[in-house]
Amino acid sequence: MVSVKTNIGRRAFIKNTSLASGGLMLGFSWLNSCKSNEAEKMEVREMPKEWFEINGYLKIGDNGLVTIISPNPEGGQNVKTSMPMIVAEELGVDWNNVIVEQAPLNTALYNRQFIGGSQAIRTSWEGLRMAGASARYMLVAAAAQVWEVPAAEITTSAGMLHHEASNKSVSYGNLASAAAQVSVPEEVELKEIGDFDIIGTSKKNVDGTDIVTGKPLFGIDTYKDGMLTAMIVHPPAFGLKLKSVDGEAVKSMPGIQDVFPIKVLEDDFTRQHFDTCAFLEVVAIVGGSTWEVMQAKKALSVQWEPFETYTEERQPYRGPQQTLTIPAGLESTDVHRKKMAEMVSKKAEVVRKDGNPEAAFKNAVKVIEQTYTAPFLAHNCMEPMNFFADVKEDSAQLSGPLQKAELTEQTLAARLGMPVERIDIQMTRLGGGYGRRSYANWALEAALISQKMQAPIKLVYSREDDMTGGIYRPAYQVTYKAALDVENNLTAIHVNAGGIPESPLYADRFPAGAVDNYLAQRWEINTNITIGSFRAPRSNFMASAEQSFLDEVAEAAGKDPIDFRLELLDHASKNPVVSNPIDYDAQRYAGVLKLVKEKSKWGETTNGISRGVSAYFCHNSYAAQVVDMRWENDKPIIDKVTCAIDCGIVVNPDAASNLCEGGIVDGIGNALYGEQTFKDGVPQKSNFDTYRMIRMGEAPKQIDVHFVENNIDPTGLGEPTFPPVFAAVANALYKATGKRYYDQPYLT
Amino acid sequence: MALFNLNINGKTQEIDVDPNTPMLWVLRDHLKLVGTKYGCGIAQCGACTVHLGNNAVRSCQLPVSSIGEEKVTTIEGLSENGDHPVQKAWLEVDVPQCGYCQAGQIMTAAALLEKNPNPSDSEIETAMNGNICRCGTYIRIKKAVKMAAGAAANS
Repeated sequence: MVSVKTNIGRRAFIKNTSLASGGLMLGFSWLNSCKSNEAEKMEVREMPKEWFEINGYLKIGDNGLVTIISPNPEGGQNVKTSMPMIVAEELGVDWNNVIVEQAPLNTALYNRQFIGGSQAIRTSWEGLRMAGASARYMLVAAAAQVWEVPAAEITTSAGMLHHEASNKSVSYGNLASAAAQVSVPEEVELKEIGDFDIIGTSKKNVDGTDIVTGKPLFGIDTYKDGMLTAMIVHPPAFGLKLKSVDGEAVKSMPGIQDVFPIKVLEDDFTRQHFDTCAFLEVVAIVGGSTWEVMQAKKALSVQWEPFETYTEERQPYRGPQQTLTIPAGLESTDVHRKKMAEMVSKKAEVVRKDGNPEAAFKNAVKVIEQTYTAPFLAHNCMEPMNFFADVKEDSAQLSGPLQKAELTEQTLAARLGMPVERIDIQMTRLGGGYGRRSYANWALEAALISQKMQAPIKLVYSREDDMTGGIYRPAYQVTYKAALDVENNLTAIHVNAGGIPESPLYADRFPAGAVDNYLAQRWEINTNITIGSFRAPRSNFMASAEQSFLDEVAEAAGKDPIDFRLELLDHASKNPVVSNPIDYDAQRYAGVLKLVKEKSKWGETTNGISRGVSAYFCHNSYAAQVVDMRWENDKPIIDKVTCAIDCGIVVNPDAASNLCEGGIVDGIGNALYGEQTFKDGVPQKSNFDTYRMIRMGEAPKQIDVHFVENNIDPTGLGEPTFPPVFAAVANALYKATGKRYYDQPYLT
Repeated sequence: MALFNLNINGKTQEIDVDPNTPMLWVLRDHLKLVGTKYGCGIAQCGACTVHLGNNAVRSCQLPVSSIGEEKVTTIEGLSENGDHPVQKAWLEVDVPQCGYCQAGQIMTAAALLEKNPNPSDSEIETAMNGNICRCGTYIRIKKAVKMAAGAAANS
């Protein structure tokens, strides 16, 4: 066993007397939508007469049933199943006797209740294990006291405590009351990884039954007595602001209660990283039913006008406070493209330089140079943005699909003029997030509308509001240049990466460290179109370009694309460029390439099948993919994707595979079809009739996911399979059509 | 406003709404049957799929006045105890990620199997092509439809 100090996340283990009575999580019965899973199980299970709260993550019933609290919001990554599995593993209970509850936002108890950066399992791994292990310790201590035997002689299995010498056994349920009185240990022993019997076995989604029977799980499913429905009208174009609104005519329409403008953020408010807001003033329409409000929204007359260039103060996620300039103007995609094309030949900021790239390019026998571009992308979560707010004079009850509730709460408190202690936030299941729901301007809007109406309201965005509301994946461009010597060795790489409005560059990632002469540069073009994190931010573009380019360089060097990458990784491993650090492990990187090579039977050819490979490191994990493609009737058919991934220990293998399959399908869809364009500031795609999403007929027929088996603590999974597949598709398209694909979306 | 007597999930429901109101909002706002989801409002994503008689239809484009006496079935009424072969297959394959689109997917799949108990891969793709899943669970959806078809054939 491994002894671990319980100081990490300890606040959730230490009993808080103010929370002890009535149970920690029993206070949120007002949110019916979160309780359905438990209610369902209550019908078939005998519920305990009494629950004993052992710590902030779990309570044990007198009949042995265990409730485990899942701290992070659930948006499809399946953390609501896998996080409790980790607690259950160390606690030593039968998974069939576990009930899972979603935690509300509680910054005093839990760390990082975020969806973002594929970090939920990685950053909570130790804390969740300790929550289970410290509870097990307390049960053992209680048994030792009752039986008057040394704690070291007591063993546990599947919710039972045993003392072999005296042939005594007792269930966790019978000792839960006594265990709750034991002080929390300063240090606990964790299981050996080889002894895991829950982690590493596939468990079904704990919300599966509720999902397939249509239970209210999502924010948009919230309905309360006396609740009004609200929608907003935002400017039709980036670069416009509200001039005036005449709401009188629609106020007399059926069901409509009020129409008024709201200021979402005050001009002088210092924004935190996720307070990005495209439209600082919007018009709210409040009424009875959604359909009535939709009719009023169509009929409403609003005047807009161009805004002047302005600045806003912003505290980024990392680094010092910044003053951002939001430029005036109505922007168009054709102008964006021209401006980006001009950057190919302009001087850019040097971020990293190894060796002497100028000399290497001068002495090169072959130089390959290519420029890659990608457009803005809309997140298109299937559940449109929505939020429930019941704001009273001195308190607020809020709920909805939030990725970063802790940060949203701080901004809500500032805007409502109310301390965070008076604000209660419940996190509903997210109907997709992918980064979009980190930016909760709609939560602010809902709270402000409720405050003005002095009534509970649910704000719902139409699909059009959602798709035209900003927070897009930025538009990007990168130019790669490679030098080959007479023996076709790669002697230099130059990468010049920029975007609107951010550069996608990760200067210390592969192939940095694998090439003796390396130059990385960046540039940015400002815009008033708002951007935000989008599944594997920046990586999702850099992987597509870098891995397409390396394919082309391998071909120029006359080398197999996998062998070529392995040679470079071998160089990074054995003769690393020491002048600057690299942020990847070359051997783990090579590991996924070798695994995908083996599992895809790379090198064996099948008539009519074109294959493309790609590999990438991001979110602490390594993923490699081979795409098998046929070209029929002028379009690609993807027969199979073979994926190898190294994300350390896999908690819930089948669900993990599902997430990898999803990342691959989503990546293929965005690579082939994803695009938001603009004309005079107006987003040109506002619904799924024009914004093309991948559908079943275009998805791969088969995806095989292979995990590298190791005992490394878990790393990211939601994002790492997404970026590389763009290039695996582009490289397969090249084999299928003889044409290289440089501009996304690849099919237009 | 007008009064409608609707047959929904085997029960008669009296509703007083604007005759143009789509069934989607009658189900969600008025009857609190929230399993039927709003996704696009223009019949492009399939999240709002219900059965009208034996046909899978997009409830966001179905005015309440057009229903008449036709039976409407929603995800809540597909089976008594969540044990329709399609629902069981969905659980067995553990299809959902975020889960938002899945009720619509299940309703489309159930209607397909009603008409074509043993569909080919391409028939499944054609039938399911109107249902978008941004999480990308299509391979599992197809697997679950085939499993449900097999289960129905064996029963």
